[in-house]
Formats: sequence, C-alpha cells, structure tokens
Amino acid sequence: MIARRSWTDAIPHLVLILGVAVFAFPIYVALVGSTWDAGTIGRGRLPLVPGPDGWANYDQALFGDRGGRISYVPVSQMMWNSFVMAMVITVGKIVISLLSAYAVAFFRFPGRMVFFWMIFITLMLPVEVRIVPTFEVISDLGMVNTFAGLTVPLIASATATLLFRQFFLTIPDELVEAAKIDGAGPMRFFFDVVLPLSRTNIAALFVILFIYGWNQYLWPLLVTSTREMETIVIGITKMLGTSDAQTDWNLIMATTILALLPPVAVVIAMMRTFVKGLVDGDK
Amino acid sequence: MQRRVIFDDKLLPYLLLFPQVAVTLVFFIWPALQAVWQSTQLQDVFGLSTQFVWFENYTAVLTDPGYVGSIRVTAIFAASVTGLSMGLALLFAVMADANIRGREAYQALLIWPYALAPAVAAVLWLFIFHPQIGMVGRTLNQAGVPWDYKLNNGQALSLVILASAWKQVSYNFIFFLAALQSIPKSVIEAAAIDGAGPRRRFFTIQFPLIAPTSFFLLIVNVTYAFFDTFGVIHALTQGGPGTATSTLIYNVYKAGMVAQDLGGSAAQSVILMAFVIALTAVQFRFVERRVHYG
Repeated sequence: MIARRSWTDAIPHLVLILGVAVFAFPIYVALVGSTWDAGTIGRGRLPLVPGPDGWANYDQALFGDRGGRISYVPVSQMMWNSFVMAMVITVGKIVISLLSAYAVAFFRFPGRMVFFWMIFITLMLPVEVRIVPTFEVISDLGMVNTFAGLTVPLIASATATLLFRQFFLTIPDELVEAAKIDGAGPMRFFFDVVLPLSRTNIAALFVILFIYGWNQYLWPLLVTSTREMETIVIGITKMLGTSDAQTDWNLIMATTILALLPPVAVVIAMMRTFVKGLVDGDK
Repeated sequence: MQRRVIFDDKLLPYLLLFPQVAVTLVFFIWPALQAVWQSTQLQDVFGLSTQFVWFENYTAVLTDPGYVGSIRVTAIFAASVTGLSMGLALLFAVMADANIRGREAYQALLIWPYALAPAVAAVLWLFIFHPQIGMVGRTLNQAGVPWDYKLNNGQALSLVILASAWKQVSYNFIFFLAALQSIPKSVIEAAAIDGAGPRRRFFTIQFPLIAPTSFFLLIVNVTYAFFDTFGVIHALTQGGPGTATSTLIYNVYKAGMVAQDLGGSAAQSVILMAFVIALTAVQFRFVERRVHYG
C-alpha cells in the first residue's frame, strides 16, 4: 500500500474535475444556446441558464422551416441521411472484412498474399490524399448524390480485416478438425462457429465504425450537392454560412446537440466494450 | 502466419474476397494510380487537351510560396495539436490512475468526447469564441483585447488548434489510462517502499513503460492532425484569413475541387501519399517492437 497524504489526495480530484469541466463546458453552452431565441444570442447576451424556447427551437430545427430567417432542410431528414450512411458503412465494413479475413485465414490459394497486401495497402491511401480522382470515379459511375456513392467507397477496411484475421488465427485447429469430421463445410463453420466466437469483436467494431460513419465530413461534402442528401454534420456548417450575429444560432445549437447525441449515446451505452475494443484493436 | 488446419475449397476464397477486393481496386488503387498519372499532366485552360510534363507540376507546387507556407502552417498545427492533446491526456490519465474514489465516473466523463465529429467540435468552440456573440470572444473584446479569428492569423490558428486538440484528448486518454493500468501495481509499490515519491515513480517506472503507447499515439495524432481535422478548418476558417490556416490537406481540396487545378492537386496528393506511406511504415515497425514489450 502506497502511503497516502490527504493533501496529495485532493490533487487528482481537482485536476480531473477541472478536466471534466473543460470538456463539458462547450456542450453546456450549446445546450443553453439551443433554449433561447435567436435575438438574445445575437445581441451577445446569452445567459448561463436554460431559457424558455428549447421546445420551439428543436421542433423548428427538426421538422421544418417555419419562420426561420433562411430555409433549411429539416434536421430530421439530415439525421436520417447520417443514420443510413453510418449504418451502411458500419455493417458493410464489418461484413466484407469478416468475409475477406475468413478467406485469408482459413484457406490456402494462389494469390493469397497478393490479395492480403492489396487490402493492407488501403491503409496508406486515405480518401483525403486522392480526393479528385476518387470523385471522378464516383461521377463516372453516376453515384453522385446517392447513398451508394456516399457509402460504398468507404466500406473497404484494412484495419477491420487485420483485426478479424488476427482473431481467426487464435481459433484452435481442433475446432476446425472437429467440424470437418462432422461434415460441416466452410460456410457452415463460418456461421455456426466463427461468427458466434467473433461477437465481442464485432460489437466493439460496431461502436467505433458507427462513430466513424456518422462523423464523416470530407466525403459527404464532395459526393452530395443536393440539400436532400445532406448529412447533419455537413448541414451544420452549411447553416453557419457567414456566421455573423444575424445567424440563427439557436437553431444551429439545437442541430449541433442533435448531431452529437447519437454517437455519444452509442459510446456511453457500450463504454466497456468500446474501450476494450479500441485498445485491443489499436485503432 | 498460417493456420495448420484449413479448408480446401478452390473457388470459395475468391468469392469471399471479392467484395473487399472490388471496392479496394475501384475506389482505392485505381484513383491512387490516377493521381500519380494526373500529377504528370498539364491541362490547358479549357480542359480540352492535356500534355505530359514530367515533374513540372511538382516543381510548380514545391516552389509555390503558398504551398511552402502551408507546410509551415501544417507543421505548427500538427505539433500543437499533438502536444496539447497528448500532454493533457497524459495528465488526466495519471490522475485517474491514482488510487482515488470515483475513478470510473471520471473516466466515463472524459471518454465521451471521442464520439464528436471534428466539425461539431469546431462549431461548439466557435459559439464560445465568436467575436460578437460568443461568451469568451465578446468578453475579450469588451475588456479591450481585440479578438476576431476572422481577421487575425494567430487567433484563427489558435482556435482551430484548440478545437482539434480538445476533441482528440479523450482518444489519447483511453490509451494512456489502459497503458498505465497494465503496469503491475507491485512494481510501483516496491518503489514506494524504497522511498520513491510520486514524481520519481512516474519518471523512472511509469513513463518508460508507457513509451510504446506514447509512440503509437504520436503517429495516430499526427495522422489525425493532418487528415481528420479537415472538418474543423472547413467549418471554422475555410483556410483563412488569407492562408493562415490552410493545411496541406485543405490545399489539396482547394486546388482540386475549388480551383480545378487537376495537375497541381494530383501532385499535392502524391506528396501527401508519400508522407502517409512513411508514417504507416514507421507505425508497423513499432508494432513489431511492441511485441517485445508485451
């Protein structure tokens, strides 16, 4: 047992409380901002306590443009777009990574290492370094302003494939042998043994990838140009416009809160799985 | 590495690999090759004809004072974001690792910002630091400190650094805390019995043992500062005022999508690609090293 002195014990509490406050403060201000009218905020007199207009602000942001200074796409539509994008990316990444990791780990075939390296190399080619040519491919394929264009180019995943492959290599040989003796084919083995064993890994990846998908910025900015396809994160910055005092700050703050709610909820609900998955998976 | 017992279907593995390989070829490999090819091409102003110009685009990019300036901006930006977010995260992790009450609660309260989009973090800080309506921005101006991130280069850069670093602290915190908690308590207790104080214990035991994690985080944070912060800059400053917050990645976007300078944008892309490849190589050398540390 390490000797404890009461005054040194207080330091960690102080530092951590300060830290938590620094992290919570911007969110608190945004929450307060989303409950006052645009005029109060525009005059630069935002109080530190919630105001009376919260209900009206969220209603207006979510469902329509009744009386706003500029008309927006309803945020409920943006949230739906973000949700579809996040879910397709998440499920897509998990499915195709499971399949390709299974192929690389459980079979031996000509070209195995070539494919493995081809997948690995995508780690070095984030969308940010090939903006223009990737956009050209999408527009040649007629995928601009579609959910397919928004999601398919992002569902290749080297990290998820490497993670699953690593895990598959730890599945005991005896299990495979037993399955073979019992006459189970590779797909039966995949669905009855490998998939159930991968449950924890899949859950952790789900959290990480859902956040990744929901928070995409550059790609939706390039691939969507119609307002109906806007995701919520892009929608907020479009609302900012010139961001002067005349901006509808109350609606922007309500939208900001709505944009951060789903991913934060997922993290909080699955905190343990997520932390373990993140640390074990190294990204 | 290979399993001993395997299935021996001939066609099935190719079918299993097909979706991943198809997406990789169409949306990763092909565009990357295109970028390399385009970077050697010069398009006339009407986009009617192109000409092979060897490395002319590269010399044009690398001798452009704007590009050299954005290398400087990116270096300052990446160093500040990495230093700030890793430093704060380490401080919080050391404090949360101490034997105190309510540790779990603190952990939970520090982890959730991981879920925020960089652009959302930018908007949150903008609302506080806005020169007219922001709580802090307005107060500064009223107190006689001229604050306007849209006019002042240094202030613009500070604000994007602040928002980017703030969002990244929780990620670093998760890893630092995990690393600290994997150090056997007996080692630290032995040092305490030998009379080493908390500071000495940190620098002689904990800090060296979390060095591999720190190195891993260094790479991840530099990558984050280079690429993922595009949203922060696009939402807050659009690279301005002037080019004060134009990082390399923002430049690629501007050259390619706004100015339509395909050759120049492609050359910038290839330069960045080389940088990512180098980073990844370093990262994987490190993964090997990590094995020895357990």
